[in-house]
Amino acid sequence: MRSSQSRTNEGSVTGAPLVAAPAPPTRPAGTPPASRPVGLRKRWLVAGVFAVLVALVAGVSLGPVSLPAGSVAAELLNLIPGVHLDSGLTEREIAIVTELRLPRVVLGLLVGGLLALAGGCYQGVFRNPLADPYLLGVAAGAGLAVTAVIALGGAGRQGSITGLPMTIPLAAFAGSLLAVTMTYLLGGAGGRSRSPTMLILAGVAVSAFLSAGQTYLLQRHSDSIQPVYSWLLGRLATAGWHDVLLVLPYAVLTTVVVLLHRRELDVLAVGDDEARSLGLHPQRSRYLLIAAASLGTAAAVSATGLIGFVGIIVPHTVRLLAGSSYRVILPLSLLFGAAFLALTDVVARTAAAPTEIPIGVVTALLGGPFFVLVLRTARRVFT
Amino acid sequence: MSREPTAAADRATGAGAAGVPAVEVRGLHVSLDGTPILTGVDLTVAAGEWVTVIGPNGAGKSTLLRAIGGLLSAQGAITLFGTPSAALRRRDRARVVATVAQSPVVPPGMSVLDYVLLGRTPYIPPLGRESAADVAAVHDVLARLDLSGFHRRELATLSGGERQRVFLARALAQGATLLLLDEPTSALDIGHQQEVLELVDQLRREHGLTVLATMHDLSLAGEYADRMVLLADRGVVAVGTPEEVLTEHLLATHYRASVRVVPGTHGPLVVPVRPQRSGT
Repeated sequence: MRSSQSRTNEGSVTGAPLVAAPAPPTRPAGTPPASRPVGLRKRWLVAGVFAVLVALVAGVSLGPVSLPAGSVAAELLNLIPGVHLDSGLTEREIAIVTELRLPRVVLGLLVGGLLALAGGCYQGVFRNPLADPYLLGVAAGAGLAVTAVIALGGAGRQGSITGLPMTIPLAAFAGSLLAVTMTYLLGGAGGRSRSPTMLILAGVAVSAFLSAGQTYLLQRHSDSIQPVYSWLLGRLATAGWHDVLLVLPYAVLTTVVVLLHRRELDVLAVGDDEARSLGLHPQRSRYLLIAAASLGTAAAVSATGLIGFVGIIVPHTVRLLAGSSYRVILPLSLLFGAAFLALTDVVARTAAAPTEIPIGVVTALLGGPFFVLVLRTARRVFT
Repeated sequence: MSREPTAAADRATGAGAAGVPAVEVRGLHVSLDGTPILTGVDLTVAAGEWVTVIGPNGAGKSTLLRAIGGLLSAQGAITLFGTPSAALRRRDRARVVATVAQSPVVPPGMSVLDYVLLGRTPYIPPLGRESAADVAAVHDVLARLDLSGFHRRELATLSGGERQRVFLARALAQGATLLLLDEPTSALDIGHQQEVLELVDQLRREHGLTVLATMHDLSLAGEYADRMVLLADRGVVAVGTPEEVLTEHLLATHYRASVRVVPGTHGPLVVPVRPQRSGT
């Protein structure tokens, strides 16, 4: 069936390992031509970009003043330098597009993409399909810090969430990072047996500890319950361009670091020993990825509060529909997460107009049943 | 040649150099969480040889393989094809040694082709992607292991024997000349055990691979190994041909097993025999 002379053929200089050199150009007959590795298919990438564009136009068009989608699209194209289209919108309508709605939609896209990407990243790093961006204490840390600022600092006493001072995003950011650092240190306290599971357990402990502190503060300062909960439930309402600029650098950093490691996450999926024997440094990759995802999550939380479910629903849906490789999951989670949150925001501000529903409530209401539906129609991956 | 040739990797894969052993271990000490697992282990595996490590549970067989594969830190000297293992960069070591763990993780949803392609990782630049040559190399390996029809199948849906061949394919895709196999047949029925071991032996002969394995089935181990190493009490207690290591006396002493050893065509056969009850 096969000759035993490959030891001497091709003048192999490496002691005839099976495939140490790139294979010779002639493939064995019968190799199927269409056997490329499962990578990101073009149509999915196109679908993701399309979803983002739809969310962008829908998000800017829909609202108390309804604007025609075509005009909005033209006005959005006008933002590209060198493009001058006549959108037919009045000065006031243009201001609504560029100053009110666009920053809000862009922030929604950024935060949605970040949360979904971070969720997908955590799921890979911890080899745990239930991992979400708040796993390592980000939510509890931000919650305690924001509660402390509101309750003790008197911020938000006016009762209006729109008047939140800059200290709140700063507190949320600092609180998140502090919590993740505590989780790191505690999770590493196991010494040699430092494992992903230790980190998850440390995250649970840190979250419980910080949540207890938050509950205590709220109970002592009951007048701050309303503003704290407004923040906890997430909001895009006050978004201006400065919010976008605050999140953007972290979004870029996180996205670049995580996407560059998408193949390494596939290697990590087969186990640490295997990754190590394949020449990787699993612990180093894992910590770098956790740091990047945590930083992105903290930035998202500081701008919009706690928006749940995005980091679990989106990567899972992508996994079920498009494939389980992280080379597929991560870029598509970024795109569909962005589109998902921007569209959810449309629902949040139009469903019960003129009042807005907190976006975290909408993501949970939409996300839960949607997730169940996806699970029921495509459960093969989990069985 | 490999895409990123380095002097160390060249030396390490230069198994052709006569007399350079594939593995040379001197004074190996390994402790896990402060507990000594191996103390003062010496071991030499010649290039092209098949050496099987046996020993009772907890003797440190897997630990020895993991130390040689560079998967855990150890004290002592480990030399691979003449190059100190510590001097090899991770990627270079991965081109020289391939490890198949006792029960590798089977990631859900991953196809056979994608899984075996992970074996090309040491040839793919960090943060890079597989080239067409990598894909061709993997199809080559799959064809050799009669897995061509399986490349689109999900790894998780394969039977135990098929999976073991895929794990082997991943290790072979690494292009390493030294294979470390930790209990390669422990999850298989007797027919598939033979099938996998025959395959390993055939690949070894065709491609000049060196095999260092751990096994529990002593008869099977003896039939395939050139030499055997008996590990017990944190160290090597016997080294030699299967006939020299698989003796009733050694097995009774170190396994506390009551066995009969009978000669077979390819090596001694170890048959467990129920011990005589005392007092009857």
